[in-house]
Amino acid sequence: MSTQDKIEDHGLLRFLTCGSVDDGKSTLIGRLLFDTKTILADTLSAITRTSEKRGMGAVDLSLLTDGLQAEREQGITIDVAYRYFSTGTRKYIIADAPGHEQYTRNMITAASTANLAIILIDARKGVLTQTRRHSKLASLVGIPHLIVAINKMDLVDYSQETYEKIKADYLEFAAKVGIEDIRFIPLSALNGDMIVDRGDALNWYDGPTLLDMLEVAPAAHTEHDEPFRFPVQYVCRPQDSANPELHDYRGFMGRIESGSIKVGDAVTVLPSGRESTVKSVQLGGVDIGAAFTEQSITLLLADEIDTSRGDMIVKTAEAPAAVKEIRATVCWLAETPLDRARTYLIRHTTRDSKAKLTGIDHRLDVNTLENLPADKLAMNDIAEVSFKLAQPLFVDPYLENRGTGAFIIIDESSNNTVGAGMIL
Amino acid sequence: MTQRNTLTHLDWLEAEAIHIMREVAGQCSNPVLLFSGGKDSICMLRIAEKAFRPGKFPFPLMHIDTGHNYKEVVAFRDKRAAELGERLIVRSVEDSMQRGTVVLKHEGESRNKHQSVTLLEAIEEFGFDACIGGARRDEEKARAKERIFSFRDEFGQWDPKNQRPELWSLYNARSHKGENIRAFPISNWTEMDVWQYIEREGLELPSIYFAHTRPVVIRQGSIVPVNVPLMNGELTNLPKAGEEIVDLQVRFRTVGDISCTAPVESDADNVEKIVLETATTTITERGATRLDDQTSEASMEQRKKEGYF
Repeated sequence: MSTQDKIEDHGLLRFLTCGSVDDGKSTLIGRLLFDTKTILADTLSAITRTSEKRGMGAVDLSLLTDGLQAEREQGITIDVAYRYFSTGTRKYIIADAPGHEQYTRNMITAASTANLAIILIDARKGVLTQTRRHSKLASLVGIPHLIVAINKMDLVDYSQETYEKIKADYLEFAAKVGIEDIRFIPLSALNGDMIVDRGDALNWYDGPTLLDMLEVAPAAHTEHDEPFRFPVQYVCRPQDSANPELHDYRGFMGRIESGSIKVGDAVTVLPSGRESTVKSVQLGGVDIGAAFTEQSITLLLADEIDTSRGDMIVKTAEAPAAVKEIRATVCWLAETPLDRARTYLIRHTTRDSKAKLTGIDHRLDVNTLENLPADKLAMNDIAEVSFKLAQPLFVDPYLENRGTGAFIIIDESSNNTVGAGMIL
Repeated sequence: MTQRNTLTHLDWLEAEAIHIMREVAGQCSNPVLLFSGGKDSICMLRIAEKAFRPGKFPFPLMHIDTGHNYKEVVAFRDKRAAELGERLIVRSVEDSMQRGTVVLKHEGESRNKHQSVTLLEAIEEFGFDACIGGARRDEEKARAKERIFSFRDEFGQWDPKNQRPELWSLYNARSHKGENIRAFPISNWTEMDVWQYIEREGLELPSIYFAHTRPVVIRQGSIVPVNVPLMNGELTNLPKAGEEIVDLQVRFRTVGDISCTAPVESDADNVEKIVLETATTTITERGATRLDDQTSEASMEQRKKEGYF
């Protein structure tokens, strides 16, 4: 019997932690890793040594998340780091992004793959500008679930009144921004209260611990019906003359961005618009009959249709819009500001198109959350803009479909990724 | 209401890795997959089969051989490539030493970090624009911050402060001539995931991953294998004067250059036992077994800046 038959598998959850060092974000992550027994003895002894070297009494769990040499020297986090832990029933990927204003782009990056965000609040300080900024960014990037973690409860005598006041303040703000699924939890990352263990200082709180919330949070793509979207990544034509069965093999390889597919379904290939039916659904050359979101598969069609990378296979009844102009929320990521005169490359699913900016509607001030007029975009700016495209793209609004609503902007001269876009 | 499907964590990781490999194949004109015969790269080959069969892999396999590899692993490497019917390129650090491009400080110096030079020479020789590697982010702090598609300049250097932003699963593998991309399909896997995948897929491994008895010495708290036979029959890792040789039951958690890979004491002689042992271990994979990473807390980051994969 395999060890995998013994335990249930609740899949994988990717989440993001938002907050600054001052909120105890690194300590929270350290605590999650430590209390789920992810931290092994040698790592622990290394951070114990460092804690002593820096003159600290207790072991500083935040040291677990210090990554690069430069960060260790400066004692800050400068880039997104990924951490892993598992509870036996579920695997977790934490995207750890620095919280400071100038790191908006890092937070957007970390949020792009997350399905849940933990917003940290220092119980002594309550809802701050940065709390609002993080929440707004999380909602902009379409993270469906938020946990507002009111940390450092030990420093406010574990006061329920303080907790309730912060919760009410936050709910008032959230109603304005339109964030829906929010849960609240009081904690002390330092002492480990309500993270994995309940502790005995917060007995007035009868909700689940942080880990219990994570264990039952829905994984991506499991919450509503989605249309079938299959961008073609690669075409397999073995043309093996020794094997007549493979002579006419033409497999369209890709990952299902959303929806499901099975043998016999009627499909349309975009942009040609040619229709066919699914003859076979395969993984590694083996028939699997049907497949669903996030599976990487190979599709064989009943008819010979000329199809290549960049095309999209969809169910005939639910085709997306083919557009040559897009309106989108864009976050500018590069140090060089957007140049209105230049042509950029937009990469959307597996398809590229040249693109030119046609207008900036407004810019979002991430601190006041006001829309301001703007005529340029610099690093960390977020704005609603319009592009015209050289090639049609097959798109869905981002908030309905992250896979077919997202794009990146590439500077063709440096090849750098300079912007991230979410189609409106 | 249709039934909601959720992938198990291994299925999710496998699907992501397949997607990444296909992106390399779709975006790059001349990629190569680095295959050492080690457990991570063995998983990579299974992923490549799932990604591209019934076709051939759209890239050759390549091993940068330090000349100090366990012969069981080298034999396994050749056997596996032959079974798959895929092309295997081997380039050797010893050839770089003969050319004078690798100079060891002393004869016994670990050749592990010198693989970077030979790798860069091979990249230039074949004009590879992308190398697919089996590095994982849980292995090491610097790797936790490296992109899945990691850009390297003409000298193979990684600049941690100047990485391309990587959002959603939209990867940017564009490079100019001479530059290249390192792509890491199993970035999000942990040591445990690798062992669970090996178990699920029934993957064959070189014998030294399983508990076996071998002569070792205890040097500065680490178990150091001694008198290890190379492919040519020569013995390497000779004990130092005064060291006591003991026969110990050990297995390897990672496999690399003989001079810098240490085994752990274990009686796990099959994959299921290893999975259970991995679940209860108290020492990290590299902490236990990589003598080269202990030199300095930042040594992997330093090597990557110099072109290491």
